[in-house]
Amino acid sequence: MQSMKIIGGLAVIVTGALLLRASHDFPDWGDPLSPANDSQTSNYFLENAYVDAKTPNVVTVVLGDYRAFDTMFETVVILTAGLAIFAVLGWTQREDIKDAAVLKAVEENPIIGVTCRLLVPVIQVFALYVLAHGHYSPGGGFQGGVMFGASFIILALGTGLGSALKRFRDTRALVVGAIGVLVYAGIGFLPMFLGDDPGRNFLDYGALKEILPVEKESMARSHAILGIETGVFITVSAVMFAVYFLLASHGRTKDSL
Amino acid sequence: MAEHAPVLIVLSPLLGAILVMLTVRLGSVAAWVIALVATATSASAAIATLGRVLQAPEGVIRYQLGGWAPPMGIEYRVDAINSLVTIAIAIVGFLSILYTRSCATIETPSKQPQFYALLLLLMAGLSGVTLTNDAFNLYVLIEICSLTSYGLIAMGTRRAVLASFNYVIIGTIGASFYLLGVGYLYIKTGSLNMEDIRGMIAANETLAASATIEVAFVLMMLGVWMKMALFPLHGWLPNAYAYSPTGTSAFMAPMVTKVMVYVMVRVMLGVFGVDYVFGSNWANVASVLATIAIVAGSVFALSRRDIRRMLGYLIVAEVGYMVGGAWTATQAGMTGAIYHILSDAAMTFCLFLAVGIIIHRTGRHRLDAFDGLFQKMPLTMTLFVIGGLSMIGLPPTCGFISKWYLVQGGIEAGQWHFVVALLISSLVNAILFFRIFERAFFRDIEFESLETHHDPEKAATVLKKVPLSMFIAAAIAAASLFVIGIFNHNLTTWIRAALVNLNL
Amino acid sequence: MSPAVFQLASISAKFNYWIYIILMMIGLFAMIAKNNLIKKLIGMTIFQTAIILFYVSIGVKEGATIPIIEYETLKEYNSQKTGYGAKPDIEPQDYDNPLPHVLMLTAIVVGVSTLGLALAIAQRVFDQFGSLEEDEILEELTHPKPAKEPANG
Repeated sequence: MQSMKIIGGLAVIVTGALLLRASHDFPDWGDPLSPANDSQTSNYFLENAYVDAKTPNVVTVVLGDYRAFDTMFETVVILTAGLAIFAVLGWTQREDIKDAAVLKAVEENPIIGVTCRLLVPVIQVFALYVLAHGHYSPGGGFQGGVMFGASFIILALGTGLGSALKRFRDTRALVVGAIGVLVYAGIGFLPMFLGDDPGRNFLDYGALKEILPVEKESMARSHAILGIETGVFITVSAVMFAVYFLLASHGRTKDSL
Repeated sequence: MAEHAPVLIVLSPLLGAILVMLTVRLGSVAAWVIALVATATSASAAIATLGRVLQAPEGVIRYQLGGWAPPMGIEYRVDAINSLVTIAIAIVGFLSILYTRSCATIETPSKQPQFYALLLLLMAGLSGVTLTNDAFNLYVLIEICSLTSYGLIAMGTRRAVLASFNYVIIGTIGASFYLLGVGYLYIKTGSLNMEDIRGMIAANETLAASATIEVAFVLMMLGVWMKMALFPLHGWLPNAYAYSPTGTSAFMAPMVTKVMVYVMVRVMLGVFGVDYVFGSNWANVASVLATIAIVAGSVFALSRRDIRRMLGYLIVAEVGYMVGGAWTATQAGMTGAIYHILSDAAMTFCLFLAVGIIIHRTGRHRLDAFDGLFQKMPLTMTLFVIGGLSMIGLPPTCGFISKWYLVQGGIEAGQWHFVVALLISSLVNAILFFRIFERAFFRDIEFESLETHHDPEKAATVLKKVPLSMFIAAAIAAASLFVIGIFNHNLTTWIRAALVNLNL
Repeated sequence: MSPAVFQLASISAKFNYWIYIILMMIGLFAMIAKNNLIKKLIGMTIFQTAIILFYVSIGVKEGATIPIIEYETLKEYNSQKTGYGAKPDIEPQDYDNPLPHVLMLTAIVVGVSTLGLALAIAQRVFDQFGSLEEDEILEELTHPKPAKEPANG
């Protein structure tokens, strides 16, 4: 083990020196005219985001439209993590469910139980608000989805994993997660079949003007961003809970997905 | 739909994975069929893309995702090189899924749909990595490849779990270094589009001379080297491939390291540009590292008794070939490196498939499994011999052609250490494989006859006979060695044209 | 290394980069040198968070606000009814750079996913080897204890 400490120390010294070497070359902190901050991309995003997608939150537009392809794979990363954790931990033989002590409902504690019952709906409504209001304020599919998933985790912490699983069947969690990605990719696919042959590019939401009741492409983009954020929301909340119950129960929940 | 072919290469395995997850109740056969269809679609899209690339002016086609022009949006840039790599990914994916069916029922009986879904996601990630022209998008897709690989490896035996954990640590450091390098480029250029960044570095001499760009280059190279297991950063690879499920190593061993080599070439030529990369002081360092990797990989391979670990160390040596070839700074060397991506993928694939059959048939995973195998399994052993001969580098297999180009590049660049290492490695490969051929030809089968396994637990993990699907996959892989070797002229012409386009 | 690195003015104007480097090195050391697998993962989280800190600090502009366009600006723009191509009256210096935020949202998600999977693998390691200490695991690998049945098969 001593040798690992030496290797680690050497790695830290070499990398640290390398990184410090470049740091004096960086622009000052908070410099509005640094190459990154005054770049073509950054200025274009700030000036055109509202014109292009009728959404004041520039981050949402960049996330959901200009770089929507990144965001789609980000959702896939979450789904992949859920799937991989299931593949690593998931325990599919029914005999093992019986001795999984974690699944037995914990002793009902009235204070905790009542608090959870009161808290969960509030969290879930707020999560939906964060999702829907992501166009105007900090928020969006990821943040809302994490909150929504957290509401189930609170339920599991307060009233036992078994009672949370009664409300959100573990067998469904990853299927729901896959549906979220499907919603995202589906909205991305639609433009390929709209417009003149050969259709618009993947994720080019402007084409959705033809099927949405809107006048301008920018409004179509705005709605499409909400659509894909919903897909993200579904995936994130389902996989959050799936990861929690798989890790908490050592993978010994019920069979299959 | 032909215009959308580049993006369909990535999306069809992705949708296939989602479909597998949605239809998980239908069982493993449905998952297998969906996976086959998805990979076949991906392969046909990749071939269609290559056709369009060869007809396109300048040999490059672009696909703007979301319809946003770069540098605002993300763009796919497809030339002959990366469309060839995607074809390799799709075909290897198709064949390994065809092949895996029989061993997956033994190794991961209750989790087959999950296994196929992860394999498809890995394919989507790898093809996305090859096609994208956006430095950050590349990072996201590398992470998809990593997460799926961690999961797929950890589905194996108990040592595989430990190997997977080590891979998580090394892989995360590698990917984070790459991400940090992208950040260093972004802070100086304000762009994430590869060609955009290259244009800025080429146009601005103070920028090119700045420490930030240099550190960004070193960080990105270190990150990619960790991911491709360049010696001495190879620690995770042999164990991971030796103990993971057969289907996992059959797909990952040929493709994952090769795609990372392509990423290195892409970062060198696409992001920093030829003048910057080969004008820097790092060219010699990389070339020496590659030489050490070749020699060390060969020597370690020679001393291993476990078949798959031995092949794992051979991959470490082969990575050295490609890195060294790319850093000769000559067109011949780079052509050899890229051609070797294809031919090495085919060789490793052929060897891993043949070895997988042998391990499952004999129930042994050490070199003694080969004893007397020519009597028992002449066809499978023939495939193994073809793979071995190509690894040694005998004509007319593709292994000969790629070594030819690599040696030529080394001589042109005057990097004699690299040339010598290549020759030593060929010699070691010859010893290695002829040692096995000798066992297979002349020794008698010492262990109990293949048909009668008295130990019931062991009998359950042994195949009664070689399934046709496994044999067909391995046979196609072996045939592809000759195909790639015979059509080397076309392939290298396309690769050279694409390299000229990248100013090499 | 250039001595300019150690000048006080340079350090105070770029202290954010110093902090991120220090954090990152703590994480890197823990990932390589720590014996306990969970401590390695803690190091990994610190390591990734340091990179996020670096990216976010790229996008900061002195005196600027978050990249959400002000309501007044948009009200004025919407009331103008100008033709196609007109843009709202936005000064990019007033808003932070949105791109690093977007990128880091992705990186955070990737980090969390990796951590979750790594924890799952660590659980499997514990099931198989009965320990999370690396030296004990290696000991178990070379000299397996015969009596101990692994919990997860």
